[in-house]
Amino acid sequence: MNTTLLLEKLLWGAGFILLAPVAGGLLAGFDRIITARMQSRKGPPLFQPFYDVFKLFEKRGNVVNGFQNLYMLCFLAFVIITGAIFFIGGDLLLVIFALTVAGVFLALGAYSTNSPYSTIGAERELLQMMAYEPMLIIAAMGMYLVTGSFNVSDIVATSEPLFVFLLPIFIGFVFILTIKLRKSPFDLSSSHHGHQEIVKGITTDFSGPALGIFEIAHWYENILLLGFVYLFFTMFHPAVAVAAVIVTYVVEIFIDNTYARLTWRFTVTSSWIVAATLGAVNLLAIAYLK
Amino acid sequence: MSFITKSPWILHYDASSCNGCDIEVLACLTPLYDIERFGIINTGNPKHADVLLITGSVNEQNDPVVKMLYEQMPDPKVVVALGICATSGNFFRESYNVKGGIDKVIPVDIYVPGCAVRPEAIIDGVVQALGILEKKRAALKNTPVKTAA
Repeated sequence: MNTTLLLEKLLWGAGFILLAPVAGGLLAGFDRIITARMQSRKGPPLFQPFYDVFKLFEKRGNVVNGFQNLYMLCFLAFVIITGAIFFIGGDLLLVIFALTVAGVFLALGAYSTNSPYSTIGAERELLQMMAYEPMLIIAAMGMYLVTGSFNVSDIVATSEPLFVFLLPIFIGFVFILTIKLRKSPFDLSSSHHGHQEIVKGITTDFSGPALGIFEIAHWYENILLLGFVYLFFTMFHPAVAVAAVIVTYVVEIFIDNTYARLTWRFTVTSSWIVAATLGAVNLLAIAYLK
Repeated sequence: MSFITKSPWILHYDASSCNGCDIEVLACLTPLYDIERFGIINTGNPKHADVLLITGSVNEQNDPVVKMLYEQMPDPKVVVALGICATSGNFFRESYNVKGGIDKVIPVDIYVPGCAVRPEAIIDGVVQALGILEKKRAALKNTPVKTAA
């Protein structure tokens, strides 16, 4: 392999590992301010998510099961690995499967605590994974059909207008992005707002540093997902593409604040219907036209 | 530098209060007072909480609940007794069916009297509790971690 190319990949990987938590934390702070303004409140300072996480590391966490924090560390590790594969321009399918492994570790961590709220949270997390996985794979397939490659590095370099070809898939992707960002109406397993019991589900029994790790992993995950959104806009100038990603996120915040939480049945069926209609029709159309 | 005073997450429990003080606690979260400005979040989960806001004079039925909530909160933590019932039991204190004040059950750090307690007083009480929380955190840093036997 070319040395400069290798160096560039290493830089992207290292950049993601070091800068994604900073960007993710700022994004969470921005999210909380925008949310507060939508509810005609002033909202916390921009750096509030960082204060929260640093505080959690000052606390003494209660441990119910010796394994729960190990599972949480595995969740963080796999989210970082997933993001690193994505940002060095790796295989999109590998990214999706590694992200699934991360989710499974989170569910295992919640199951290991044996609390009813955690167990329901873990079950809902698995149901959510079932709900969003088809659409994620369809999005990767759509990108493959247009660009001829599953590699992120090739998709980024393409001159094809991905957003135009994959508009229905993009709408479906935004639909499941709501699940992945833990936003209403699909924040079943754990809401990212301050809540209790069943709404906080999967994190009920994580306290102190373990909860801090969960927050950091969620920041990494959000940046990875926004990177995925960026792929749809690669034909534009990078500044325009980043602006489009930010607009997508603001739309997600708007959805979060205007919808009530729905049931898991609706979540699974609606996301499968969206994947089967928007996704499959889009795939067939590309296969037929190209 | 300590971050615990910048992000106090509260847990609110009604230990046989008349709901007057509880409504005032929730009023603090509304756009008028918006305590999220100070990083305060109403978690409702003892394992995520730093400050226990507790109202009412505690009776036999919720005595074990109060103790359990206190035990489940990770250190460092503070307890704020809100309203005159939580502070001293008010005129119910001689009643056969109440304990009479939160400090009969768990240690209380800050007493905020009032019937019902005003949102301004609640915010002031929480801010004073943060000073104690910071001292507890500094003290905790020097104590070894307890492990299960």
